[in-house]
Amino acid sequence: MNVAVQLWHALVEPWTQDIMQRALAEVVLMGVVGGALGCWIIFYQVSYSAESLSHALFPGLVVAALLGLPLLFGAGAGAAVAAVAIAIFGRNPEVGRDTAVAAVVSALFGLGAVLALSPGSPPGIEELLFGDILGVSRLDLLLAAGLAVVVLVSLCLLHRQFLAVGFDRSTARSIGGSPTLADVSLLVLVALAVLVAVQGLGSLLVVAVLVGPAATARLLVREMVPMMILATALALLSGIIGLYLSYYVGMAGGASIAGAIVAVYLAALAGDALRRMTGAGRARRQRLEEV
Amino acid sequence: MSDRTGSGYLAEVSGLRAGYDGGAVLEGVSFRVEPGVRIGVLGPNGGGKSTLFRVLLGELAPLGGSVDVRGRCGFVPQTERSRLDYPVSALDVALMGTLSRIPWWRRPGRFERQRALEALETVGLGKLAGRQFGELSGGQRQRVLIARALVQDARLLLLDEPFNGLDQPSSRLLGSLLDRLAAEGRSVMVATHDAGQVRGWDLVLCLNGRQVAFGEPESTLSRRVLEATYGGEVMVLPGNGSGRDSAILAPYHHDEVAEEHRREHGR
Repeated sequence: MNVAVQLWHALVEPWTQDIMQRALAEVVLMGVVGGALGCWIIFYQVSYSAESLSHALFPGLVVAALLGLPLLFGAGAGAAVAAVAIAIFGRNPEVGRDTAVAAVVSALFGLGAVLALSPGSPPGIEELLFGDILGVSRLDLLLAAGLAVVVLVSLCLLHRQFLAVGFDRSTARSIGGSPTLADVSLLVLVALAVLVAVQGLGSLLVVAVLVGPAATARLLVREMVPMMILATALALLSGIIGLYLSYYVGMAGGASIAGAIVAVYLAALAGDALRRMTGAGRARRQRLEEV
Repeated sequence: MSDRTGSGYLAEVSGLRAGYDGGAVLEGVSFRVEPGVRIGVLGPNGGGKSTLFRVLLGELAPLGGSVDVRGRCGFVPQTERSRLDYPVSALDVALMGTLSRIPWWRRPGRFERQRALEALETVGLGKLAGRQFGELSGGQRQRVLIARALVQDARLLLLDEPFNGLDQPSSRLLGSLLDRLAAEGRSVMVATHDAGQVRGWDLVLCLNGRQVAFGEPESTLSRRVLEATYGGEVMVLPGNGSGRDSAILAPYHHDEVAEEHRREHGR
């Protein structure tokens, strides 16, 4: 009985502190956004775009931190500069879109690193790379919550478009789908989701919550809405595990969460491999006889 | 069984000239589609079958001539284009047919779900509505895509090589489904390379960059027409005592129309 009470106290204690409550709120926001949107990121195969975007807005974060502005403003400006630069350089057929993305992202990330690591920068600014989930302010949270609502409402409204275009984009127009609308909307939503999650996970780790939980959920369920719900739940679980690790073991918060996301994915992958080996799922995968 | 004298035609094409930036790939096309007919569209790879379908669907503006489509058109693509790992059920796919029928921000309600279930019943898949699309057989997937066109309330269905890759029982099921749809007053245009199958349908349209012929198969599918349609790639074997020759066409890879479609879409 005594052990149970101690365990309960250990579980509850972190959330009695203001700093941990704010961290939990950030985990909820990025879990909900990353889990739900992540399923589309995976099926539209834009994980690389999401990663590029999160790296490219790094200098914006650094400038915002140096000027004392909310990080979201800096991230937004950084993402906009990256998008414009990629659009301009990508138009040159001799450069090509892939090369343009790689060049712009490398240049911007390098610029951010130079700014962050210069002698005049205040200490701790390098945390922008890996996130500072314990340092999220109330204003940051409010802005992130607003963006999260925009992302979730957009996902509801665009669900049928995303589903139809992702199913068969070459003939989507014949049923009233618009691949252009779906692609552009998805990239805008990815940018917004990066802004929501970048404070917690930093420029380098943010892609973990956008891809990891959805990739795990894809192994476990096979319908889109349940997949989005499960991915959100897995993101929340990983986030909470990460915060406990951070609180009790003293590990960096963002890195702990990213590590938990990867650990959950590996566990699901191992479970899926085991299931395949034992043949439990084989019957479901067999083609049905004509009815 | 066909209601060809119903309430006017579903589509009428006159002197159609169609193509892309590089110029016309199809010209001189004139035909009319009455309700309740099955039309086979024969032609080689690049012969203009997909281009014609895109014009009828309103995706491609004609370069010349006139196109009057009165009934709603529904396109039934090859199932090979669909992703089998995609997280959708047969019902989800059928419901995609509501995309153009209800406002984009609205979710399908009970009425739309009922309609989609009825369409799946019509194609003989009512019991598999909840099944993953990727788990279905090729013939079943093809019928789900037909159900999607029915949910669109398509009066004229345009099918792209629907029999490719199907075994005999699946082909028979699909064939009888097309017969039933025609009996209900819908019309089907089927892009195919199978001249033998087309002989059992109501009309045939032969394309090879231009309209080679249009009419009832019995009187239209002569050796001359087939040679003009397929550019002389017709081997003729003597009939075995029936008094008629049997024509065997050069084999075409089943992806050709899909490839043509992709190329024309620039993908």
